[in-house]
Amino acid sequence: MLEKALVGTKRYYGLLAILAGLFALGFLVYLKQLNTGLGITGLSRDVSWGFYVAQFTYLVGVAASAVMVVLPYYLHNYKAFGRITILGEFLAVAAVTMCVTFITVDLGRPDRIMNVLKYPTPGSILFWDMIVLNGYLFLNIVIGWNVLECERHSAAPPKWIKILSYVSIPWAVSIHTVTAFLYAGLPGRGYWLTAIMAPRFLSSAFAAGPSLLILLCLLVRKYSKFDPGKEQIQSLAKIVTYATLINVFFFGCELFTVFYSQLPDHMAHFTYLFVGLDGKAQLVPFMWFALVGMTLAALFLVNPKLRQNETTLAALCGLVIITTYIDKGLGLISGGFVPNPLEQVTEYWPTAPEAIITLGVWALGFLILTVLYKIAVSIKEEVKS
Amino acid sequence: MGMDRREFIRIAGLSTLLGLGGKGAFELLAPGRVEAEIIPAPGSMKAKRWAMVINQKKLSDSTAQQCAAACHRVHNVPDFLNPPDDKLKLNPAVAHRYQIKWLWSEHFHNAFPGDAPPHLSEEVEHMNFLVLCNHCQNPPCVRVCPTKATFQREDGIVMMDMHRCIGCRFCMAGCPYGSRSFNWRDPRPYVKEQYPGYPTREIGVVEKCTFCAERLAQGLQPACVEASGGAMAFGDLEDEKSEVREYLRKYFTIRRKAHLGTNPQVYYIV
Repeated sequence: MLEKALVGTKRYYGLLAILAGLFALGFLVYLKQLNTGLGITGLSRDVSWGFYVAQFTYLVGVAASAVMVVLPYYLHNYKAFGRITILGEFLAVAAVTMCVTFITVDLGRPDRIMNVLKYPTPGSILFWDMIVLNGYLFLNIVIGWNVLECERHSAAPPKWIKILSYVSIPWAVSIHTVTAFLYAGLPGRGYWLTAIMAPRFLSSAFAAGPSLLILLCLLVRKYSKFDPGKEQIQSLAKIVTYATLINVFFFGCELFTVFYSQLPDHMAHFTYLFVGLDGKAQLVPFMWFALVGMTLAALFLVNPKLRQNETTLAALCGLVIITTYIDKGLGLISGGFVPNPLEQVTEYWPTAPEAIITLGVWALGFLILTVLYKIAVSIKEEVKS
Repeated sequence: MGMDRREFIRIAGLSTLLGLGGKGAFELLAPGRVEAEIIPAPGSMKAKRWAMVINQKKLSDSTAQQCAAACHRVHNVPDFLNPPDDKLKLNPAVAHRYQIKWLWSEHFHNAFPGDAPPHLSEEVEHMNFLVLCNHCQNPPCVRVCPTKATFQREDGIVMMDMHRCIGCRFCMAGCPYGSRSFNWRDPRPYVKEQYPGYPTREIGVVEKCTFCAERLAQGLQPACVEASGGAMAFGDLEDEKSEVREYLRKYFTIRRKAHLGTNPQVYYIV
C-alpha cells in the first residue's frame, strides 16, 4: 500500500516538502543541542522539565483519538465509526511517534537510552511508560495497516486483528494513566500530587484527541474524494462536548480541594499560575485564557445548534485544542516546578532553539500523519470507485 | 530442519526487542548477580547507616561557606556564577539556570518551608542553613530512576552512577529538597582547579552530594565535616556510641520535610 504515498498532487508533494524542511531545520538545531547540551533550552536547575516534556504529555492525549473511535465501533457495534477508525488509529501513530521523539530529545544522554532496557527497573514509572507507549504505537500500526489492507481487498479482517483491537482499548487508557503517574506519585510536588491526575489526563485526552480528529476529518473531506461522514463528525463532537465538560469539572474539583483545605504548598502553584508569585507572572494570561476558553468551549458545545454547524464546531474544536494544550502542556509542567521545593520562584520560558527543535518534531509527526492519511484516503477512494 | 539465516535474524531480533537479549535477561532471571561484588578496602570507614548532624548554633556564616567551598573543590563542581576566566562570563540569569550545587546555604524559610512561626527568633532568622542531599532512607529519587543510575547502598548512602544516567531528570522532579543538579552544558571549563581525586562530569548527567563516599572508602571524613571545625558530625546512626547518636541524645533536632516520609538522614540542631 506504500505506493499510494508516492503518487499525489502537487499540493501533496508541496506539503511533504515543507514538513520535511521544517524537520531538517529542527534536526540541525538538535545536533547543536547534542553538541553543547540542554543548556540551549530555557530549562534550569529549578524547572528541569519544560517544553519537550509538555509536548510529550499533550500528545499522549492526542493519541486518544484512536480509542474514541475504536471503542464505540468494537464494543458497541457503532457501525458509522467503522469508516473512520483508520483515521483515528493513524493519528494515534503520528502522535505516539512524536511522544517518543520528544522524550528522546529531552534526554541529556540519548546515546544511553537503551539503558532503560539493559537495566529494567519496574519500580520506575518511566519504565512502564516506555512499555505502554511503544505497545500502543505497535498496536495502532498493526491494526490500522491490516484493516486497511483488508478493506482494499474487500475481505473481512482476520480474527486476531479483532482481538488486538479489543486489547488496544484498555491499552489506550493505560498510556494516559501511566503518563499521569509520572507526575502524580512525587511526594514534594503539590501541583501534581493529586489522585485525579490520571482522570484529568483521560478527560483532556478525550477532549483534545477527537477535536483534532474532527478538524482532520473536515480537511480530508475538503481535499479528497473521501467523506468521513456527517454523522461520524457529529458523534465525535458529542464525545468532545462531554469530555470537555468533565475536564472543566475535574479542574474545579482540584480548585476546591486545594483552596478549601488551604494547604500552602499546594496553593502556591495555583497562585503562581493564576495570579503570579513573588512578582513573577509570566503564565498568568495564558492560564486565564485556557480556563475561560475551555469553559466557554464546553458551554457552547452543549448548544446543539453550534455543535451541528460544522463551521462553529471547527472553531470550538480549535479552542478546545489550544486551551487543553496550554493547560496540560505549558501550565502543568511549569506549574509543578514553580515554586521550587525551597519555595523560590525561577520562571521558565522556552528559547528559540528549543522552539525550533519542538517545531521539527511536530513536523516529523505531521509528515508521518500526511503520508499515512494519504494512503488511507487513496485506498478509501479506490474502494469507492 | 535447521533454521535459515532469515529465520535466525528474525528470532534474534524479536527477542532482543522484547529485552530478552544480553544483560537484560540476566537482570530478570538473577537480579543483581551480574555486577562485580564490591569489596571495601582495608582502612575504609564502614557503617550500617550513615547520618549527619549539623549544629547550626556552632556554624558561623564563614564556616558554612568554607564547608561548601571544600565540598565543591574536592568534587570538581563547576562555578558558573564566578568563572575562572572572564571570557567565560555568562549572563547572570543563564548562570543561575546552569548552577550545580552539592552543598549550599539557605535561609530557614527556604530550607524548612512552612515551618517558620510568624515571629522567628532573630538568631535563626539570620542563620545560614547548610543544605545538601538528605540521603533519605526512603528516597523518592531512587524510586523513580528508570535505570538504577541512582541507587541506595546498604549503608544508606544514595549514590549516583554518572556513567549509567540517561539524563531524563526524573530524579530532579522526584527530589523534594532540590538537592540535585544537571549538567546543562560542559562543566569542565568552569572548574577553577581540577582536583585529581574525583572525576569531572560530561554534559547531560545528574549529580549531587554522595556523603563523600570516595573519601569514606579511604577512611576520611566527608570534606564538609572536616572543614566545619566541629559544627558538623558524621557517623553511624545504628551505633549507639557514635558521635551522631550522642548529639541526637543530647539535643533536639529537626529534619527537612520529614512529614513526607522520606526519612532524611541529615539532622539539624537549631
